Amino acid sequence: MNTDTHAAAAAHHHPDQHAHGSLSTYLLGFILSVALTAVPFWLVMSGELGNKQVTALVIMGFAVVQIVVHMVYFLHMNTASENGWTMMALIFTIVMVVIALSGSLWVMHHLTTNMMPIHEMSGMK
Amino acid sequence: MSSPDLIKLIFGRLTLESLPLHEPIVVGTFAVVATGGLALFGALTYFRLWGYLWREWFTTVDHKRIGIMYMILGIVMLLRGFADAIMMRAQQAIAFGGSEGYLNAHHYDQIFTAHGVIMIFFVAMPLVTGLMNYVVPLQIGARDVSFPFLNNFSFWMTVGGAVLVMASLFIGEFARTGWLAYPPLSNIGYSPDVGVDYYIWGLQVAGVGTTLSGINLICTIVKLRAPGMTMMRMPVFTWTSLCTNVLIVASFPVLTVVLALLSLDRYVGTNFFTNDFGGSPMMYVNLIWIWGHPEVYILVLPAFGIFSEVTSTFSGKRLFGYTSMVYATVVITILSYLVWLHHFFTMGSGASVNSFFGITTMIISIPTGAKMFNWLFTMYRGRIRFELPMMWTLAFMFTFVIGGMTGVLLAVPPADFVLHNSLFLIAHFHNVIIGGVVFGAFAGIVYWFPKAFGFRLDPFWGRVSFWCWVTGFFFAFMPLYVLGLMGVTRRLRVFDDPSLQIWFIVAGFGAALIFVGIMAMLVQFAVSILRREQLRDVTGDPWNARTLEWATSSPPPDYNFAFTPVVHDNDAWWDMKRRGYQRPLTGFKPIHMPSNTGTGIILAGLATAMAFGLIWYMWWLAAVSFIALLVVAIGHTFNYHRDFDIPADQIVRTEDARTNLLAGAK
Repeated sequence: MNTDTHAAAAAHHHPDQHAHGSLSTYLLGFILSVALTAVPFWLVMSGELGNKQVTALVIMGFAVVQIVVHMVYFLHMNTASENGWTMMALIFTIVMVVIALSGSLWVMHHLTTNMMPIHEMSGMK
Repeated sequence: MSSPDLIKLIFGRLTLESLPLHEPIVVGTFAVVATGGLALFGALTYFRLWGYLWREWFTTVDHKRIGIMYMILGIVMLLRGFADAIMMRAQQAIAFGGSEGYLNAHHYDQIFTAHGVIMIFFVAMPLVTGLMNYVVPLQIGARDVSFPFLNNFSFWMTVGGAVLVMASLFIGEFARTGWLAYPPLSNIGYSPDVGVDYYIWGLQVAGVGTTLSGINLICTIVKLRAPGMTMMRMPVFTWTSLCTNVLIVASFPVLTVVLALLSLDRYVGTNFFTNDFGGSPMMYVNLIWIWGHPEVYILVLPAFGIFSEVTSTFSGKRLFGYTSMVYATVVITILSYLVWLHHFFTMGSGASVNSFFGITTMIISIPTGAKMFNWLFTMYRGRIRFELPMMWTLAFMFTFVIGGMTGVLLAVPPADFVLHNSLFLIAHFHNVIIGGVVFGAFAGIVYWFPKAFGFRLDPFWGRVSFWCWVTGFFFAFMPLYVLGLMGVTRRLRVFDDPSLQIWFIVAGFGAALIFVGIMAMLVQFAVSILRREQLRDVTGDPWNARTLEWATSSPPPDYNFAFTPVVHDNDAWWDMKRRGYQRPLTGFKPIHMPSNTGTGIILAGLATAMAFGLIWYMWWLAAVSFIALLVVAIGHTFNYHRDFDIPADQIVRTEDARTNLLAGAK
């Protein structure tokens, strides 16, 4: 695959200008992602926060930060790379994910409120 | 180990009883298909074509050949999908007054499911992907797509999915759930047989191909445009292709995940979409339409692009409102993500949710309407040539507007409560898919055929096909609007009310007309090949067209353009012609090209075998194919014979031959 890309790039005289990280940025990314994985594990194993719902939310927060770490340190994304195309793609992706997730939650919440028989509702909580 | 256990280990669920020998219709079909297949196999062997096909076509990484193979796949599958359609029409036309018709429920339910699945995934998608594959690199002045090998692999994965769906006809059965396989019906409790598994794995295998081809084309359009072709100088077809592929990449993963969750429910007993244990079948409906609605725009946006190219070419004018056309496309791309709930207004999410999605749905008609006016204004005071592509475009404009209006009717939630799942809905979406996507694909085929093969399609048989298709469409689907308004629901096998029969007979007549249209199209291909010398085009620009693909020869050389064109304006080729462009005749340099490879077809074959193993619970087959898949994929990374250079003297020969042809044409 790689040669294909380069073959095509060479044929069109596009210089190969991917940003490559240095050892220190890779190490920093590695340490951050390990920490962001280890801390949620510890939170669940120790039950430090006590409340399951709070723990779940905190873990999701960590997951979001983890995504950002991967994008910055391993995928080398920034606002300038590929003439801004990666940033545009990222924004589009976020918009799509937000639409799909929030829309589904909204739709399914209303469905539950409207359609769930009372006796099952009491059993759910 | 006893022998039944051993047989079960080897064949999983597959037994002799799985073969539909008790269904005479299927056995008859099998006899015809097997005879035809054997004849084809024998002919290819007799004429020693296997080596040629393998070297020049199956292993090719040339986007043009892959595009052509996509079109062939789409047309072959159209025949299968249409056979299903005409069987349904016949059944519904005769199953009145106590008659059971000629199809039993078990068979009929498979037919309407297979019809939907095949027409969307294995007809419309290959036709659209094939046209994009063929045309986009030429339109932007590129030598190939960004990842030529990946392109070959994507195509064969699509074929793998089609093979699985076709196999279900003769080995086991297909899903009896409707084309989106809603649970709980598609869950293991209600569909314990292999039908839904064929559905799942057929779509998963093909879905890999679709997603990868989407990534490939986005990359191609973003990175490989000719110098000077800024985003706002891209041809409209390239724009709509870009938006379509963005939609593919953003939405197909949702389908993959939904089907994966459904398979977990079926294979390992999870409860994502079950009725009990906290599962929610409605979540499946919600998620699959998050993919499903963008999917219809995936299909229709490239068609809009084709109509834009055709309208401006055959009106001899620059496209009216290029900028608004681009923005309309982008707006549709975004909005297509905000309307999915209109497929299940009746689910019960309540007034606020339904109003939101009803309004967003109606808003989509605004950019679409803007496009319609742009085409009309392009034609206004143009010197219109009524060639076949233009005729398909006009038929589209007329038909699609009707479909759009019934769509806006359905977008009103209270109206939808009456019309949901009725034949009105069936008429509506056939109205937009046939009127939009199918007519678009046909317009594209007749428009770009001379580019791909160097001769035009025969206009007489094209017109026969055109009129049969268009009138056949109206005969087939206008009665369904009426029946839908009278409350007839979809997917019924028998009817009680005799007053409805006449409408179904009219619809059946329409389907027969469409059948003649399809046959006329096949005759058109045959006649055109026989008369190719009379229909020959040596100029490379038979329609006096405007975009870059017409700047090169027909068919284009392997390398597309000896020199990468430089773009100064919209409608780059028109601009070049206007400024008296001279083809360069000297100074050719060797051209770096990717090599053909058989890895794509081998990987796809292994993936298909793995899917077959999973469908029939032949775990050994699934495991062996999966391991082989990994081995071949990793092995391919050690293949360093991936590229070669076309020597300069060969390019000189090719280009000189074209120079002679052009001189002869004058």
